[in-house]
Amino acid sequence: MNYSDSERILLSSQREGQVSRFRFWVMLAVPLAAILFQVYVPLFFQFLGFLEMPLLVVVYFALMRRSQIHGLMIGALVGLAQDSLSKNPLGMFGIVDTLVGYFAASVGVRFDVDNVILRLFLAFFFFVFHQFFYWVMTRALLEQPLTFEIQRTLILGLMNALVGIFLFHFLDKLRGSV
Amino acid sequence: METFLNRYRNVTVLLLVIFAQLVLLAVQVKNDRDVRMIRVWTVSAVTPAARVIEWLRGGGIGFLRDYIFLRDTQETNRKLQAEVDKLKVENTFLRDELNTADRAKALALFQARTPSRTLAANVIGVGAGSNSKVVFVDRGSVAGVERGMAVLTPDGIVGKVIAAYPTASEVLLITDPDFAAGVISQKTMVRGTLKGQGTPMCKVDYVPSEEKLQVGDWFYTSGDDRVFPRGFPVGVVKIVRPGQPFQEVYVEPSGIQRGLEDVLIVIEGVHQVIPNEPPSAQPVYIAPPPAPPELQAAATPMPTAGTQADKLRAQYKAIGDAQNHKFGESGVGEKPVNFNLKPPPAAPGATQRPPTPAQPTTAPGSRPPTAVPQPVPATQRPPAPAQPAPAPASPPPPVTDDVAQRPHTE
Repeated sequence: MNYSDSERILLSSQREGQVSRFRFWVMLAVPLAAILFQVYVPLFFQFLGFLEMPLLVVVYFALMRRSQIHGLMIGALVGLAQDSLSKNPLGMFGIVDTLVGYFAASVGVRFDVDNVILRLFLAFFFFVFHQFFYWVMTRALLEQPLTFEIQRTLILGLMNALVGIFLFHFLDKLRGSV
Repeated sequence: METFLNRYRNVTVLLLVIFAQLVLLAVQVKNDRDVRMIRVWTVSAVTPAARVIEWLRGGGIGFLRDYIFLRDTQETNRKLQAEVDKLKVENTFLRDELNTADRAKALALFQARTPSRTLAANVIGVGAGSNSKVVFVDRGSVAGVERGMAVLTPDGIVGKVIAAYPTASEVLLITDPDFAAGVISQKTMVRGTLKGQGTPMCKVDYVPSEEKLQVGDWFYTSGDDRVFPRGFPVGVVKIVRPGQPFQEVYVEPSGIQRGLEDVLIVIEGVHQVIPNEPPSAQPVYIAPPPAPPELQAAATPMPTAGTQADKLRAQYKAIGDAQNHKFGESGVGEKPVNFNLKPPPAAPGATQRPPTPAQPTTAPGSRPPTAVPQPVPATQRPPAPAQPAPAPASPPPPVTDDVAQRPHTE
């Protein structure tokens, strides 16, 4: 079975992966806007409360930067900002988002992350990973009886992934390549 | 070693960052103390942007109304259709405005009625996380908000302030699993502890099985928790299940049923009597109509000794009267008034007392039961007894807050 270049998902070498660079204001404004979205928009549109915009932004930047250190740093910063706006101790979202950023960047090194199907899958996978790991940490570290509804998480993951496709497409327009 | 670190640089950094956050987490959990600095940074970065968006939203609605709709009316060729469209949108807008006005009016009425000192605030955001039951309001420590203050609406309690930042405060909602408050039932005076469940319903714990409770009974704050003053509505009982040793009681909170946009923060709580009727059946205080202008002019008291300057003026006038001197009428060279002499004592029966502001007249029988306050600061005395207190002859003037009566900007 032969795959054309456009259909290929796995990169044959790391050099094939094109590192995307973003302007400083993009790196600053997009996560801030994502956090603002999560804080402000559900106030008027409650049905949009399911959207984990900060997580999607972390996944996107980590995938496109293809640098694990960049990925984990942006994950940590966005996660800590999310923690600051929640009632939980600082570090809960921070640790989870750090791991998401690291693993997303690791995937970005090996795969062609411009592929829509792969993006859909990765956004879905990292949402579920995020929710599961957050649940584990809440129970293990804070001893809080948080419930993990697998069916609900899968559905929300799918919805987030669909929104993520459009978000990633929009964010693609803000990047510059080297 | 250096080669090893270079080779595993990414993993090393990951472990360091995770470890640092774990330490941060452990310090907070162990000492039960927050790392406030990071939160202040984030809140200070996010809330101004949220305020700007809120301002733009309000301005955008005004712009739509003032410009686009107005232009539509000038399209004469499609006048009828445009008219219908315009009225539809306008109707939606006016409904929104009416809701806002109703809310603002209800808040103002409630503020004037409750003896507690309150501060109005707008909800400007919700807490991060999809399961969050936390909101942010646009009043912070600069406006006098402190951690632990109660937050409510005229319909009932909403939550409590868990963090006060300079420009905003974080409010834990009544539905959050970490929330708890002391409550008491209206009919049978059964005490319990209200706890959030993470769902729209709250649970009332520690209600003994022998106590009588029915669906439809109302719960009020008991004041035992030292956060919520006694006598504010909490919610109505929806489910009562028998159990040993405690019943399983679920309450639908009344304070958040109509959504959250405007809230009141209790700056200084005063315990109240629990009314005999549920909140929905309580009459609303309606002020009497204004008197005719001529009667108003006659009834208006002279502006007397209210300030220090007024008191001095009255004192000097009394000294002048005692020496048969009228200020402003003496000629050049006449003997001046001796201000070292003490003013004569007042005539018996004519006691000198500072003038009191005119008491607002109340429509007979229109005073609601909740308007019989017991002016006991919540932070100084234990809760008032459950029996309704007799109505005082002249109820104390309502405590108002000029900050709270700011115009609504929507």
